[in-house]
Amino acid sequence: MDNENKNNNNVPKDLLVPLERKEDTSDKISRPSRTFMQDARRTFFKNKLAMICVFILIIISVMSVVGPGMNDYGLDDQDLSRAKMPPHVPVLENISWLGFDGTLTDEFKGKDIEEATKNAVARYGNDADFIDIKELDKGDGSAKSAEVQATYHIYEAKDMGDQYFWLGTDTLGRDQWTRLWLGTRVSLIIALVAAAIDLVIGVAYGGVSAFYGGRVDNVMQRILEVLVGIPNLVVILLMILVLQPGILSIIIALTITGWIGMARIVRGEILKLKSQEFVLAARTLGTSNGKIISRHLVPNISGIIIINTMFTIPSAIFFEAFLSFIGLGLVPPEASLGTLINTGFENLRLYPYLLVFPAVLISVIMITFNLIGDGLRDAFDPKMHK
Amino acid sequence: MFRYILRRILYMAVTLFIIATVSFFLMKMLPGSPLKAEDKLSEEQREIVLEKYGLNDPVPVQYVRYIGGLVKGDLGISFTFDNTPVTKILMDRIGPSAQLGAQALLIGTFLGILLGLIAAISHNGALDYTSTILAVLGTSIPSFVFAGLLQRYLAVEWELFPVALWGTFEHTILPTVALMIFPMATAARFTRTEMIEVMGSNFITTARAKGVSEYGIIFKHGLRNALIPLVTVMGPMAVSLMTGTLVIEKIFAVPGIGEQFVTSVMVNDYPTIMGTTLLFAFLFVLIILVIDLLYVLIDPRIRLTGGES
Repeated sequence: MDNENKNNNNVPKDLLVPLERKEDTSDKISRPSRTFMQDARRTFFKNKLAMICVFILIIISVMSVVGPGMNDYGLDDQDLSRAKMPPHVPVLENISWLGFDGTLTDEFKGKDIEEATKNAVARYGNDADFIDIKELDKGDGSAKSAEVQATYHIYEAKDMGDQYFWLGTDTLGRDQWTRLWLGTRVSLIIALVAAAIDLVIGVAYGGVSAFYGGRVDNVMQRILEVLVGIPNLVVILLMILVLQPGILSIIIALTITGWIGMARIVRGEILKLKSQEFVLAARTLGTSNGKIISRHLVPNISGIIIINTMFTIPSAIFFEAFLSFIGLGLVPPEASLGTLINTGFENLRLYPYLLVFPAVLISVIMITFNLIGDGLRDAFDPKMHK
Repeated sequence: MFRYILRRILYMAVTLFIIATVSFFLMKMLPGSPLKAEDKLSEEQREIVLEKYGLNDPVPVQYVRYIGGLVKGDLGISFTFDNTPVTKILMDRIGPSAQLGAQALLIGTFLGILLGLIAAISHNGALDYTSTILAVLGTSIPSFVFAGLLQRYLAVEWELFPVALWGTFEHTILPTVALMIFPMATAARFTRTEMIEVMGSNFITTARAKGVSEYGIIFKHGLRNALIPLVTVMGPMAVSLMTGTLVIEKIFAVPGIGEQFVTSVMVNDYPTIMGTTLLFAFLFVLIILVIDLLYVLIDPRIRLTGGES
């Protein structure tokens, strides 16, 4: 790094020319100066991974708004005659390995091909006309030695070949595509609202505690110290039990302890800032407390607030899914990613597509939020600015 | 040091007391009693049942008795599950949970440190990126999704492991793996960052200069110092294990506390729910205390003020 300073003694003489006298420009700023926020923005936009994640997240958010309207099925259009239909997508249905061709495929065993076939036909509603049988193993006559692969053309069997359930239907015949995006919408709303409330309470509490200091700070800190010891898992579970299950109660349960982390971080940062000269200067000039907080302190900690919020959102999404998964979340027919995953688990053996899509979606959302959070953390770190 | 510990234990007691009080009154607010509507009981029979649960006394008396019972480790009697004392239910079921938790924590942390170490040594190399990707996936993918994948492919499809239930050591493998992903990923990320920072510090250069072997530098000088801050992330790890227990025991039908809790929620068995909640709270507070003390012991630079976690 210090290569420029290295003294190199074999410089040819003719390179050494007298320096022309010029006006000293060393203290002129050659490039337009950028504020910290501009620097941060630049670093963030240059982070390819984070930008890809932002892009994916925008697509997911847009889909959660327009997705349910893209077909004619509603959230709770139950129809048992079309229950448990596999995914069926126009055009893609012709590419069999994608799994969107509207068929159910499984392997069946028996003591010979005949019995295995019989098992398969029995499994798929005795509809032998619409079942393709492929022999995998002839077997030697002993039990379960023969194996066939059966492909059931359920759409043709039900005479619904012209209908397309893009992600299939669930056990009650509801369109999974509609429910998936409505569920994503619910999960995102819960996470965003919870994160926003956490942010407001946390910043206010931490800010007041640190800014006023003294006895106020002391009392507020003692309260925090007790609250921080209460595991949020316990609080969330208790709150959910008491409140009626629903979006609102999940948000309340998540926020009731969620703001504590933010409050502690904000307090620490404000404590550091408030003794600095620019605050003293503002105070000397007679700026009111409110203005010092809103104009001088909060902008200076905005980076940390944003980063912390970005990590709150995925954890809220996780907790919502977790609550729905253990049966404490939303009540049917409401859908969220958690309830969809829960339903998926119940049908994992026979209808894996019910689990795959919500599980992949929630994982993608969590990964993108975490990576964007990482990107923001780098962006707000002056050491990472280029 | 002694005063600090004393203070922390006091806080711990206050926290637990608040949790117990709040949960007691919440429990009173909730509908539901050991009596079921479909039980056709005479007035006397109802009296006997209510008397058995102490539900005839005024609420303050019940509260005092409840807190008194707590001090003695008595969590009340379950509404269902053959009217067993909650303490006994929990004691019977803590074994599998503790085993899973311990296995996941130990193996997960060990593998995580290894992963982070490899990543740090091959900084910006292919191994580094691989392990970083693994760590991001591990911290992001919900444990129950991961558990589902394991169960579906390793157990159902390829029949390598038992699908569910409890018994032999093989039964513990899949739940442990599902549970240990988060500790592993967290430890890996943390070890990597710390290790890279430590390897750039002056005492490593000194060690290199005096001719310490690469092995000695990495393990004796580097890793040892990099691991100290790892203690701080053990709190979130412990929490993730507790959360994980609830779902993973449900998925793999492990007869542990988490599975018990989910079942209790289904049947509105409030005493058991509250007992489990209190047990979680107690464990959590205890773990945080131990971590804080450990941190102070390991790193003498930490001052003994307030309750940092």
